Amino acid sequence: MDIVLEARHIDKYFTKPVEFHVLKDINLEVKKGEFTSVMGKSGCGKSTLLYILSTMDTDYKGELFLNGELTTGLDSNRLAHIRNKYIGFVFQFHYLLSEFSVLENVMLPAKKLGEKSVEEIKEDAMLKLKMLEIDNLAMKRANRISGGEKQRVAIARALINDPLILMGDEPTGNLDSQNAENVFRIFKKLSDEQGLSLLVVTHDIDFADKTDRIILMGDGTILD
Amino acid sequence: MNQKKVLFTIAKTHLLTKFRQTATAALGVTFGIGAYITLVCFMTGLNKMLDDLVLNQTPHVHIYNEIEPSEKQPVSLYKEFENALNTVHSIKPKQSQVRIHNALPIIDHLRKDENVLCALPQVRTQVFYVAGSIELGGTITGINIREEVEYFNFGDYVVDGDPVDLKNTDNSILLGAGIAETMSLHIGDRVQITSTGGTIFPLKIVGIFQSGIADVDNVRSFTTIKTAQRIVEGSDNYITDINLKLNDISQAPTIARTIERQFDLKAIDINEANAQFETGTTIRNLITYAVSITLLIVAGFGIYNILNMLIYEKMNDIAILKATGFSGKDVQLIFIMQALIIGIVGGILGLFLGMGLAHLIDGIAFETEALPTITTYPVNHNPWFYVIGITFAIVSTFLAGYLPSQRAKRVDPVKIIRGQ
Repeated sequence: MDIVLEARHIDKYFTKPVEFHVLKDINLEVKKGEFTSVMGKSGCGKSTLLYILSTMDTDYKGELFLNGELTTGLDSNRLAHIRNKYIGFVFQFHYLLSEFSVLENVMLPAKKLGEKSVEEIKEDAMLKLKMLEIDNLAMKRANRISGGEKQRVAIARALINDPLILMGDEPTGNLDSQNAENVFRIFKKLSDEQGLSLLVVTHDIDFADKTDRIILMGDGTILD
Repeated sequence: MNQKKVLFTIAKTHLLTKFRQTATAALGVTFGIGAYITLVCFMTGLNKMLDDLVLNQTPHVHIYNEIEPSEKQPVSLYKEFENALNTVHSIKPKQSQVRIHNALPIIDHLRKDENVLCALPQVRTQVFYVAGSIELGGTITGINIREEVEYFNFGDYVVDGDPVDLKNTDNSILLGAGIAETMSLHIGDRVQITSTGGTIFPLKIVGIFQSGIADVDNVRSFTTIKTAQRIVEGSDNYITDINLKLNDISQAPTIARTIERQFDLKAIDINEANAQFETGTTIRNLITYAVSITLLIVAGFGIYNILNMLIYEKMNDIAILKATGFSGKDVQLIFIMQALIIGIVGGILGLFLGMGLAHLIDGIAFETEALPTITTYPVNHNPWFYVIGITFAIVSTFLAGYLPSQRAKRVDPVKIIRGQ
């Protein structure tokens, strides 16, 4: 299987408030279509690792490859484009633009990418919303829908550019068990049916147990 | 292009959801630009009126023969006292004629100069205006009325009667308004004038002259060159003054100096004669721009404030935009666009406000005896002021938006997202 994401010898230090070695020589691969979860205690560095893998945090040592291409050391505009095109994000908080409609929120990253016409993007967005069973909310304003629905809109937004990999930072952390179950089902379906790679940081053991692979972290290293 | 549109949509939506604050910030710009337009139109109108008041009647170069003491006293020519310290007490001016020697050939010569628009001869002399037993001192100036009207707007200052009548009527006079009032004389009356030689001339009043400067109106009257020459008992070539109007006023000092050297005459240029007007104009312009810039700086702080607030409020939006692939520049552009939208909308409204106020002032009646040609407040509607005004608005709002936008550009999405 193809390797979508590869990290080699990642080291990361925090300098504030005191110098602290957060990540120690991390080596990691995510294969295409693999549903991976990262687990570990609070403060073990799992989220820090995720943000490095996401290219948002560039302050680290080591090398990071996305789809076989070295992303370490690229300038911020190039990285922004890579995130836009190849990586989808779902966070604990939904981060929707509250003044915009659900549809516009979903369309935004695709408009930025600018590879398709607005009409095509709209069609794609409606398709994603339909897949997540929230197409009836398309015209509602983003701050007028429920928490579970918001998270599903955020997933639709993450998928709009058909990314190589979907990254999640506690995507079910703020949801009740039913909604969490729902989100998991969606992820699983994406992984199985569309061959999407997923890398999800989570506290939820039930969630992690159902994924293809669990990466367990402790004290800045991968334990297992 | 499409991407810019996306950014613009975001910028616009942010502003519309914060409509009240946006409107307040834009109104700041509106008042700043409105005040600038009003002030600058009014001030430059005022400047122009005041300048015209004096400069229209002032020749660019005034040539005459000055009575002055000789620079070299005879003693300094005497070889024996060459190295001595000579003191001469009570130096008196040299005896010389008032008229310009060879005036007519000089005028011909000056008219050939291509920078000279016109060269007008005048005959100026002291007279007494006689009313019964009272004699009022004054001057009378012989002029070519047609040319004076054409080049020096002389007609503007003839408040009663037709200036051209001066040429059409023999022995006629345009009497100064102050004199006419003192002596209760009106058009059609006759006024007696005594020359310094003692001869009496009865002249018919064909018009009243009022310059707006009381000191002038109380003593000065005008007649034809011929009549003036008769009063001084001079011949056809008796000319005391030559007034030049130039095509390029900045050349006035150079030309004046040349004439002084060439003909041994006194030549005063307009800058020398009216230095204080230049100063007044500069100071009024300074005040206009100082007030406008102050208002715009205040407006700028308003914009700075609202953008800073907006950036704090939209931290999450900025973070997710950056996470999903918008670059720092894109985010910065959103906030600069917002500043410019406020600036352009506020600025254009300001132009209309300024235009309205300027027209309002233009319509207010303003009548004063000192200024016979003015009926409403003077306002200068120069389209360039509007161009400067909107440029002003755009530049100042851009500067006000630049600093906050720079901060938005540097926002680290990881910090925001992990901080939740």
